[in-house]
Amino acid sequence: MNATASLQTVLEAGQPVAEHRPWPRVIVTPELWTTLSEGLARGSWTLLGLWGESGTVHLAVYEAPGEFGIASLPCPDGRFPSVGRLHPPAQRLERTIADLVGLQPVDAPDSRPWLDHDRWPVRHPLGSATPPSQTLPPYRFLPVIGESLHQIPVGPVHAGIIEPGHFRFTANGEAVVRLEERLGYVHKGIESLLQGASLEKAARLVGRVSGDSTVAYALAFARAVEAATETEIPVRAHGLRALMAELERLANHFGDIGAICNDAAFALMLAHCAVLREQVLRASMACFGHRLLMDRIVPGGVATDLPVDGIAILREFIAGCRRQFPPLVELYDNTASLQQRTVDTGFVKPALIQQFGCGGPIGRAGGRTFDARCQPGYPPYDELEFTIPRRTDSDVNSRIWLRIGEVEQSLALIEQILERLPSGPVHGALNMPGRMGEGVALVEGFRGDILVWLRLNADSTVARCHPRDPSWFQWPVLEAAIENNIVADFPLCNKSFNGSYSGHDL
Amino acid sequence: MRKLLFQNLWRSPLTEPAPAPSEQALAELGAKVDQVARQRLGRSLAIRQVDAGSCNGCELEIHALNNAFYDIERFGFHFVASPRHADVLLVTGPVTVNMREALERTYAATPDPKWVVAVGDCGRDGGVFAGSYACVGGVGAVIPVDLHIPGCPPSPLQLLEGLLALLQIQ
Repeated sequence: MNATASLQTVLEAGQPVAEHRPWPRVIVTPELWTTLSEGLARGSWTLLGLWGESGTVHLAVYEAPGEFGIASLPCPDGRFPSVGRLHPPAQRLERTIADLVGLQPVDAPDSRPWLDHDRWPVRHPLGSATPPSQTLPPYRFLPVIGESLHQIPVGPVHAGIIEPGHFRFTANGEAVVRLEERLGYVHKGIESLLQGASLEKAARLVGRVSGDSTVAYALAFARAVEAATETEIPVRAHGLRALMAELERLANHFGDIGAICNDAAFALMLAHCAVLREQVLRASMACFGHRLLMDRIVPGGVATDLPVDGIAILREFIAGCRRQFPPLVELYDNTASLQQRTVDTGFVKPALIQQFGCGGPIGRAGGRTFDARCQPGYPPYDELEFTIPRRTDSDVNSRIWLRIGEVEQSLALIEQILERLPSGPVHGALNMPGRMGEGVALVEGFRGDILVWLRLNADSTVARCHPRDPSWFQWPVLEAAIENNIVADFPLCNKSFNGSYSGHDL
Repeated sequence: MRKLLFQNLWRSPLTEPAPAPSEQALAELGAKVDQVARQRLGRSLAIRQVDAGSCNGCELEIHALNNAFYDIERFGFHFVASPRHADVLLVTGPVTVNMREALERTYAATPDPKWVVAVGDCGRDGGVFAGSYACVGGVGAVIPVDLHIPGCPPSPLQLLEGLLALLQIQ
């Protein structure tokens, strides 16, 4: 195969799988699998996901501007050619496949376990699921060689109201020479719980992969189910879903803008942003009956319609934000002592952002333009006007400004959605074809693009479902962001990323 | 900045009146919490929050306790960075197997007298994650729990009602 072949050409050489929607899924040979890995390494394509099930590994790939596909490689001998050998963003995903499914990436550069801390009562819970026959060797952190280095181990229990994870800093004086993350502490076995679950139970579970993104996860799950069953949902439901998605984005961005500034000891911003965040949650409660909007989006539509005064509540809320937010933006813009902490801190090379396919504000503050609301796109965004803020300075300051830009876009989007919200039902019955079906969806959460892939059984229970958090491609980049920064700036860098531990650990 | 600060001086505060302590929480605590310990601690409690595998939904609502509407510090509660400074462990999540030891060690590092509050439906019995190979299933299965605050996630108001029962502000 020609080295510059398009994704479509490569996928056409494989065996297409029927009943997979909306992107093609093809069974590939090890040679094609390697061709895809090489294309990822070359930068022709972006890695969207890599997961396994008993006997097969799946690779989701995106080719700009709008080509998506999934390649599946059967692994009869329990091995597959490592993608991470050529393309580092795949490494942690491969280590996870080895832990959960038991399929081994051949020639992988890092063979250490990732989510498996040698504490579960089973090995390979998504594969053979047998009791461990022997203990794993102790986890070895990467070696650091040099003079006058010291290590700072942090976590898993952190000094704040934060999720758990372990960070191993190696520093020379104040400067961080290397940060190595060790995650997996909040692994809940969600993918195993999803196997055989009813759609209702599965929707609740996927909505709790990462609580801060519950709307985006529920939306991705619902869209994947609707793709698998070829269900069209009522148009009003599309509008309400987008309302919830933008409310979630607003709540999180307000929280993050305040929290980043607070980590530079500028508590005033946190105090004001926390008020804005609370107002979003109260508007959500008044309109949809749950502060975080959990379990509101379900396959087939949404669970609750707006109350009669819902539109008025949201309009008043938007007007309030438009009054209160600009002075805070001005405050940030005019506080040089705060910017002294954020400008140039936690810089990530745009080439690295591109290589890892970082989504969300991290990616778009570092030169990427990708936003799942535009590409692949989903209703109602195709009918709405919005611009995607983009920057290239890729530091903490840039990530703050990007979120500020997105807040303004989300406010405008909510206004547009309210203006054209169609009437009608908000939920429709799913087509139940009585046969197996597969679906995939990519949805833009506040943190970036969330992928959900699933296969439904003939009785509409879930056979296999894989939710992939945007953090998979952001956590590794944080290790690069902190390099040569001082230890005291780590909270600032970390908060500007705000990766999800729960979404990553599954 | 000056303008913003001045405005805040003139505006009436956003902080809402205190809710009554939850009856249910008072009933659960009544039998468990030693009166002597309560007197010794007075009306100031240091809280160490421990995420033992939550989806981070509970953390978001616990964070909200610090905002101007709920302002938990007016009741004498404050969040601390180390279990060694804590009187209360506020534990969320179904306790993942991978977090079990960390939770046990956090509990061991907290000086007596101490109380454990399990937050959320997961903290009670594992919630939606019950039955997983990777979850112990409930905080009570790992360390002794004095009070449960249910909800998925509990709202800041529910959290306040539960925590106020610890102080028995009536």
